[in-house]
Amino acid sequence: MSTTAAQKGGLGAAIWDYLTTVDHKKIAHLYLVAGGLFFLIGGLEAMLIRIQLMKPDNNFLAAGLYNEMITMHGTTMIFLAAMPLIFALMNAVVPLQIGARDVAFPFLNSLGFWLFLFGGLMLNVSWFTGGAPDAGWTNYAPLSTTSPGHGVDYYVMGLQISGAGTLIGGINFLVTIVNMRAPGMTYMRMPLFTWSTLVTSTLILFAFPALTVGLFLMMFDRMFGAAFFDVAKGGNVIIWEHLFWIFGHPEVYILILPLFGAFSDIFSTFSKKRLFGYSAMVFATVLIGFLGFMVWAHHMFTVGMGPIANSIFAVATMAIAVPTGIKIFNWLFTMWGGQIRMTSAMLWSVAFIPSFTIGGMTGVMLAAAAADFQYHDTYFVVGHFHYVIVGGVVFGIFAALHYWWPKMFGKVLNEKLGKLAFWPFFIGFHLTFFIQHFLGLMGMPRRYWVFLEGQGLEAGNMISTIGAFLMAIGSVIFLINVVYTAVKEKKADGDPWDGRTLEWTMASPPPHYNFVQTPLVRGLDPLWVEKTEGKEGMTPAEPLGDIHMPNASILPFTMSIGLFIAGFGFIYQTDDKTWLVASVIGMAITFGSMLTRSLKDDLGHHIHKEELEEDIKKGVGK
Amino acid sequence: MSHEDVLNPKHMPHDPEKATLEGKNKFLAFWFFLGGETVLFASLFGTYIALNSSTAGENTPEHLFGLELVFLMTMMLLTSSLTSVYAMYHMKNHDFRKMQTWLAITVLLGLAFLGCEIYEFLHYIHEYEFTFGSSAFASAFYTLVGFHGGHVLFGLSWIVTLMIRNQKRGLNLYNAPKFYIASLYWHFIDVVWVFIFTVVYLMGKVG
Amino acid sequence: MRGWMGKFRTLALFGALTLILSGCGVDNLSALKPKGYGAELLLDLMMISIAIMIFVFVIVMAIYAFVLIRYRQKKGQENVIPKQTEGNKALEVIWTVIPIILLLVLAVPTVQATFDLADQSSQEDESAMTIEVTGNQYWWHFNYPKEEIAISQEMYIPTGERVYLNLKSSDVIHSFWLPSIAGKMDTNPGENMNTMYLEAYEEGVYWGHCAELCGPSHSLMDFRVVAVSPDKFEQWKEDMQNVDPEATPETTSAQEGQELFNNNCMSCHAIGGSSAGVGPNLTNFGNREKLAGIMEPSKENLVNWIVNPNEYKPGNNMPANIVGEEEASKIADYLLQLKHSDVGDDVPTRNTDE
Repeated sequence: MSTTAAQKGGLGAAIWDYLTTVDHKKIAHLYLVAGGLFFLIGGLEAMLIRIQLMKPDNNFLAAGLYNEMITMHGTTMIFLAAMPLIFALMNAVVPLQIGARDVAFPFLNSLGFWLFLFGGLMLNVSWFTGGAPDAGWTNYAPLSTTSPGHGVDYYVMGLQISGAGTLIGGINFLVTIVNMRAPGMTYMRMPLFTWSTLVTSTLILFAFPALTVGLFLMMFDRMFGAAFFDVAKGGNVIIWEHLFWIFGHPEVYILILPLFGAFSDIFSTFSKKRLFGYSAMVFATVLIGFLGFMVWAHHMFTVGMGPIANSIFAVATMAIAVPTGIKIFNWLFTMWGGQIRMTSAMLWSVAFIPSFTIGGMTGVMLAAAAADFQYHDTYFVVGHFHYVIVGGVVFGIFAALHYWWPKMFGKVLNEKLGKLAFWPFFIGFHLTFFIQHFLGLMGMPRRYWVFLEGQGLEAGNMISTIGAFLMAIGSVIFLINVVYTAVKEKKADGDPWDGRTLEWTMASPPPHYNFVQTPLVRGLDPLWVEKTEGKEGMTPAEPLGDIHMPNASILPFTMSIGLFIAGFGFIYQTDDKTWLVASVIGMAITFGSMLTRSLKDDLGHHIHKEELEEDIKKGVGK
Repeated sequence: MSHEDVLNPKHMPHDPEKATLEGKNKFLAFWFFLGGETVLFASLFGTYIALNSSTAGENTPEHLFGLELVFLMTMMLLTSSLTSVYAMYHMKNHDFRKMQTWLAITVLLGLAFLGCEIYEFLHYIHEYEFTFGSSAFASAFYTLVGFHGGHVLFGLSWIVTLMIRNQKRGLNLYNAPKFYIASLYWHFIDVVWVFIFTVVYLMGKVG
Repeated sequence: MRGWMGKFRTLALFGALTLILSGCGVDNLSALKPKGYGAELLLDLMMISIAIMIFVFVIVMAIYAFVLIRYRQKKGQENVIPKQTEGNKALEVIWTVIPIILLLVLAVPTVQATFDLADQSSQEDESAMTIEVTGNQYWWHFNYPKEEIAISQEMYIPTGERVYLNLKSSDVIHSFWLPSIAGKMDTNPGENMNTMYLEAYEEGVYWGHCAELCGPSHSLMDFRVVAVSPDKFEQWKEDMQNVDPEATPETTSAQEGQELFNNNCMSCHAIGGSSAGVGPNLTNFGNREKLAGIMEPSKENLVNWIVNPNEYKPGNNMPANIVGEEEASKIADYLLQLKHSDVGDDVPTRNTDE
């Protein structure tokens, strides 16, 4: 309905449509585009880093600029690329998988996106206003509190704003999954992607506030003269490290768990088998989420916490390997005895297993607290976390995009180009990062602007840079595939992969109300259950009737832009107090929008039975 | 459920805050939100406990705090929690006027509390030159207590907005969840204060 | 602990692994070529973990390869529906219990090594030596409080003895990393002092890095640890305790340099003495292996450094152009002849190519 309106009104109407949309499918598009853009920016930064480290004593980037580059690469990739891409997938898929017509809070869903986007933009504006943050993505005090210029201020404000968006998104998905499941969709029938979204959202809920507090303390120190990290006034710089990692470690699982879920769905679909050990998989996911909160200090073994704390955190960290191992074996045995179809989505998933296993193994090695005295802050760690984040998260995002692309955009990504993108990326990935483990052990600390000649580090760095170029080539081919598919490929039908779960029971892309009639779920893999009984689609759980849908609104956009303006005010008031005017105006816009939202009733609208019958005739409903 | 049924229900159920799906969602989401808020305050408490002896040779907790005013503030906030319970009791009995009255009392108590807190801060600043940047302890104190004060302010504005907005039309299934979660928020603020009273003031004075 | 770890290493797998890994890196920098107690202990721990991990990896990969070859859909099988297995209790128990056992095998030596390296029981002994290490942007200072010696950038220690380090920072967080002798430990500002120990097995010059991001010149904050035999170390101590900062140099240029140095540089730098200053202590400067930790100690480099230090270490605190090039040349002559002790000049890895 809204798409046709957009077509009538031209580009302006289409833009307005996306600015005001509360439809989870369109918000997924927004997250995908924004996250994809930041992924490219972060990737570009990575390439510049690798060019700088191509040879010893290189002077391609200046020292200060290099530190800005590594800081922004890490921050961008974690907060502005991986997180939104995951939210894109969650938005596109979760409501469909549980048989819901939208998320619990469509308005907040939109607010979450705009907050993230403006936070991300804020962070990147710093490139043009005198320098980006330069204290590393971990932003340790007092390097960060004493960093000259406004770079770190941008880090603080940008992450504060986008972090609020993430927190809102997390709560939204929690409630959606708990309250909005279709009849018969019990917890133990939910697809693994939905399960992992549930666990991830819980982690977001309990992890992000710690970062919020850390950022506030940092903001107060830098902008309002507080003394949290000023040792001359009794401050303690280790507090930042604790707060950052109490957030930061769960963050790692926030990133990887949804993709574990996606892999589970993909392995199952393309092996034509139900997931092996479903309940063990659910249990393992929950356990990983829980343990994820108990291990933050393993990032701080060299801080000087003493042998008792180090040992406890070491053993707790090792424990996480057990549920992760359970998952690996369950995936292998899902494929065992199956009919494996090596599509692009499956190719990325299959490549994930050895890559992530290596990342997990180096993780256990790092957990050995004493040995971390050698590994810590070296390229060994850089190798390790790229193995889990690229080999796990990025491979997972590629796999999931190939898998759900038809559901999001109505077309299957070209398979030939999909595989062509995979190989250079896969080979390049191992070239880039495998050698880095050795570079670390050979004495190369991380975040080094230059390495010196004669320390035996030349060859490894060269190999690593070559690998990075291969990864870039793979990414570009993927982009070409997106364009090629949009232009050349035919429209896909509702169930292109012989799917098993509810998102494959409707047209691709789905109508904006998702389900004409809410389906009745009769088991795990509900669509597969119906297929084995020879049925075409789902049995409806309700008669055809009016559907209640939320109204579009521009307020999320204005709320976010208000905070964006206020952020600049806070940053520059340290130079000139008149900037506080910007803060006041910005906060007025935000609170004004909130007040408007509060005062004006918004009850949504109904789609009437007659319209639905029209749609069914046109074939939209199926 | 049609819009008419939501705004002008023919029959008010006993739990009007959870009668609609939107209401149920709000109710659950707010509990989750409070879970996140708990981590937020836990982090602030952790920071405060780590820094409360880092006075940089300046004012110490024992030196600064007086328990009389703080005890009075505690009583005000605890009472306001009770009055908001009365308000919710009347909401469940569909007595809008009484609910508004009790909410008004809650707001007055909250305002009195906030007034005391502002007085307390000004007192510390003027009498003791104990400012935000005096020491790490000062920063941690003002941040923890100030965050709570900010929550009180936000809660008051929220409740007042709801009261004014719905003054004319009374209770319905659309605004009942809003009133209910506002009162939940108020209780949460109250609980946090109990911890502040204990950890900051009592332990500061005794320990 | 070392005993049974030693036995472990005789296993063929370990032998092979050690052989492969020891091909990596430079002798006095690589963590894979330990030259001291801590580094050796840690390499043993790494080897245990790598062995366990490779064992697991091989099993996973064997199943993986089998599954992918055996169960790929073949032509004509498009309509085959495989059996929908729910799970297998026995298998699931196996792959839960075995990893737990393997992790316990790793956890025990991990905890032992963690406590071993944190052991400070002999630090208070009469004979034990403690060096106070201070990290600064972007140089290292080493104070020997009992011996009343202060030097920067190049630390001297006796071989075969435990030398304790008390680490702290004067500005931001740094991390003291000496891969071939011991691990690393952060240097924190404020109250959070850390302690670690070094025990070098053989004489040599070992290279150290700063391992915690500390600003633009983080990667240029190298230091050296010179390990000499206990006898030579006694000699070095004596030499250092008898430094005469006022000693008159031989050449006139150096004499003029001395005066220029005293007038322009002494507010930050010191020669001799026993306390940490704002800038590096330049005692025994002429014997340093590196200039500013990173450059060849040639006169040309030194003159350029004095005139414009920021060109070599961006963001460092030494102001540029305190003196002109001509004066800098004299100061360089003075500094390069500051050879207060020649102990360590003959250690095996001295001046290896970098």
